[in-house]
Amino acid sequence: MPTPVQDTSPLPARPAQPSGLWRPVLKRLLADRSAQCAALLLAAIVLLCLAAPLYAQHVAHSDPFVSNISGEVVIDGQTVSVIQASTEGLGLGQTPIGPTGRGAYLLGADSQGRDVAARLLYGGRASLLIAGAGTLLCIALGALLGIVAGYFGGLVDASLSRLLDVLWAFPVYLLAISLSIVTLGSGLHIGPLVLDGSSLMLPALIIGLVSTPYVARPVRAQVLGLRKSDFVQAAIVLGVPTPRILWVDVLPNTSATLLVFVPLMMAVNMLTESALSFLSIGVQPPQASWGSIIQDGLGLLYTRPMVAAAPGIAIVLTVIALNVLGDALRDAMDPRVLPAGAHK
Amino acid sequence: MPAALLFPTRLLACLACVAACAAASQSLAASPAAGDPHRGGTLRLLATSGAGTIDPQINYTLQFAQVYQSVYDGLLAFKKGSGTEAFSIVPNLAEALPAAENGGKRYVFKLRRGVKFSDGRELGVEDVAASLRRIFKVNAPTSGTFYNQIVGADACIKTPATCTLAGGVVVDAKANTVTINLKAPDAEFFDKLAFPHAVVLPANTPATDLGVNAAPGTGPYRIASYDPKKQLKLLRNPHFKLWSEDAQPDGYVDAVDYDFGLSDEDQVTAVANGQADWMFDPLPADRLVEVGTKYPQQVRISPLTAMYYVPMNTRLAPFDNLKVRQAVNLAIDRGAAVKIHGGANLAVPSCQVLPPGFSGYVPYCPYTKNPGARWSAPDMARARQLVKESGTAGQKVTIVSNDTAVEKQLGLYLQSVLRELGFDAQLKALSSNIQFTYIQNTQNKVQISITTWFQDYPEPSNFLNVLFSCAGFRENSDASINISGICDKGLDAEMAKALAMGVSDRKAAAPLWAAIDRKVTDMAAVAVLYNPKKLDFISKRLGNFVFGGQFYFNYAKAWVK
Repeated sequence: MPTPVQDTSPLPARPAQPSGLWRPVLKRLLADRSAQCAALLLAAIVLLCLAAPLYAQHVAHSDPFVSNISGEVVIDGQTVSVIQASTEGLGLGQTPIGPTGRGAYLLGADSQGRDVAARLLYGGRASLLIAGAGTLLCIALGALLGIVAGYFGGLVDASLSRLLDVLWAFPVYLLAISLSIVTLGSGLHIGPLVLDGSSLMLPALIIGLVSTPYVARPVRAQVLGLRKSDFVQAAIVLGVPTPRILWVDVLPNTSATLLVFVPLMMAVNMLTESALSFLSIGVQPPQASWGSIIQDGLGLLYTRPMVAAAPGIAIVLTVIALNVLGDALRDAMDPRVLPAGAHK
Repeated sequence: MPAALLFPTRLLACLACVAACAAASQSLAASPAAGDPHRGGTLRLLATSGAGTIDPQINYTLQFAQVYQSVYDGLLAFKKGSGTEAFSIVPNLAEALPAAENGGKRYVFKLRRGVKFSDGRELGVEDVAASLRRIFKVNAPTSGTFYNQIVGADACIKTPATCTLAGGVVVDAKANTVTINLKAPDAEFFDKLAFPHAVVLPANTPATDLGVNAAPGTGPYRIASYDPKKQLKLLRNPHFKLWSEDAQPDGYVDAVDYDFGLSDEDQVTAVANGQADWMFDPLPADRLVEVGTKYPQQVRISPLTAMYYVPMNTRLAPFDNLKVRQAVNLAIDRGAAVKIHGGANLAVPSCQVLPPGFSGYVPYCPYTKNPGARWSAPDMARARQLVKESGTAGQKVTIVSNDTAVEKQLGLYLQSVLRELGFDAQLKALSSNIQFTYIQNTQNKVQISITTWFQDYPEPSNFLNVLFSCAGFRENSDASINISGICDKGLDAEMAKALAMGVSDRKAAAPLWAAIDRKVTDMAAVAVLYNPKKLDFISKRLGNFVFGGQFYFNYAKAWVK
């Protein structure tokens, strides 16, 4: 049996390994005040949303998923109706109780007499969960497709790239709306994957799928370059199995790109989720998301604008925080950018 | 008539009118003479959209039924009066209401002479016969239900193109009479002849949908132009001469501009600013308080013979179980439903099918905390007990509502109630364009839905027989108006008896209808929520607003000068 030729020359150096990458990135992030503010704001929003059941039970003292149209609430010792009949003029119309500034109905009630503040927090849970799950899915799928297409090239690349082109050819909202309408009625049944029409994972899956090309394209472009790099070529020549090359050499070197995509895609996905729920094809009642609460508030814009404004403000703040964080992360991971504060 | 057809957009209705407003609407002015100071001007009306074809024998919407009132005439008409006065049948193109002959199976109508179409042609008996045939030739939506009792109608329904109504409609040009022969006595035949589908058009009117090209009529106005996306314009019919103040009064205004395209919010603003005189669409809920407080003098509120209700499919679980249907009826807080509609001034809670004011109406409500004549409060404890006894708790239930503001909110409320009863309830809000036919078709396996019913004509059978007879249920059809699918032969026999009795003595039939109403209510195939009222928001300058119970606002009676 011939003895394999031993190559004693040193392997080409890999680019900075992740462990070495994080410290300066973290250092730069910590020095970036806007990033700190965004992270704090995001953390506060997430924590508040996680506390939704506690808020509903111990502060609002109401179930935000049950109609309370004929209900009453005690404010300053006085019992008042949650949905109040007009007593002026002809006595036409009914108006939900407005912001009370107290625990119960802090932001007022919606047309069903439900506590808007409690629904806002529950809605935030749903919006963040869907946007988060959708982001994880599109990052994972985008990374997989981008790495496979970029690494293998040829027919594989051509096929996957055309598939992504087709997905990209559809306006993202149009595609998401179409998929939502198709799956909403009967849910999704693909092999072992069974999602009910009212499952939060259904919009997450749809949003993740329609966002995938936005991640896969840049990853593919990066992998095309990595494929020709010395350390990957050396690994191929040494007979390192392809899965190992992809896992050890390629994936870690795309991680910075993927990481930057996380907050940015989450912001985009949150807007998509809100749009779908606003159109009644995302989160289904009685569950709430910020988009569906805005929809609930549409009919109350003249009398109780807070119902629509509160979730709108929540979406704006969250998306701004995510975008600022994404930008800061990108800057922090860019070796061409000086550490924050270095110019001082 | 379903609201989906009668009211293409959502219907918010109304509240008890201010005494002054009511008085104003009651004081009906007679047709204006040439020198009348109120005569002239242009009435400006608004709606979000047109109501489809302008063909009066095909269109089945309230929006255009109102227009047809002052454009077309039938042999008979609903009186152009206010309130329940408008339920009376009066002779229109016929000189008088004919007496029933041949045991209620033959009517001879003598036609008025000298009535002219807007194109100048004189009306004749052939026009009447041709128009009755045209009902079948154009497949009018009511051809098989309203006019199928005419001799020869069956053949016309089978092969509309060759419809002759041989033996059913006989004309005598010399005597100027039209004789209509029926297969069996029909106590409601006069109501059906007064309906817009039976208007008289020129004999040479094409036997196809007229689309946007209006046929000449005999009323005080003619349709000058119609663009479903922009405007419907009415101008005076130069050949109109008053023949009956009750049946067809002359109009005050010279022209009516009915503009389409504004949202309901914008319509409210336009009327409030005096840029328009009236809006067809229901007022958006969040403008009600503003309108009721800032413009009380411009609001008119009138009760409607209509209901919002929840049909439950008696052929599908869990609503094939009487206890579950009773539980739903008991659990629904009708006061909450009324609040969703706009409050106690705009709707009245109800448990029964017949609306107040109808022949046979006797207040009855078994689904309340203290059963009796009126609904008082939901009985959740009893409802939960019934669901427990039925063993259906936990089952999946899908509610199908339409996506209009009021009905979607009702759907959300019903979902909450069903969840409280222990069901896994989901809500499917469909476009109002398709929801009404969707919930009728058994192929869609709709378990429970929310819908409305507005009278076609003021007879109890128009609610009870239409919505709950076996004939109203059709498998796999979009036109299965018996949505709950209930079919009780005994009930059918009682309704047939009441209908037959009505031919000779309508008053005597009333107690029978009351008993039927009670029986249907006890079957709990539907949960009636409330009877709505109609709110009309009019401009400051609009005078002599007349609201009839049949076709509501009568344009011809209004003046703007």
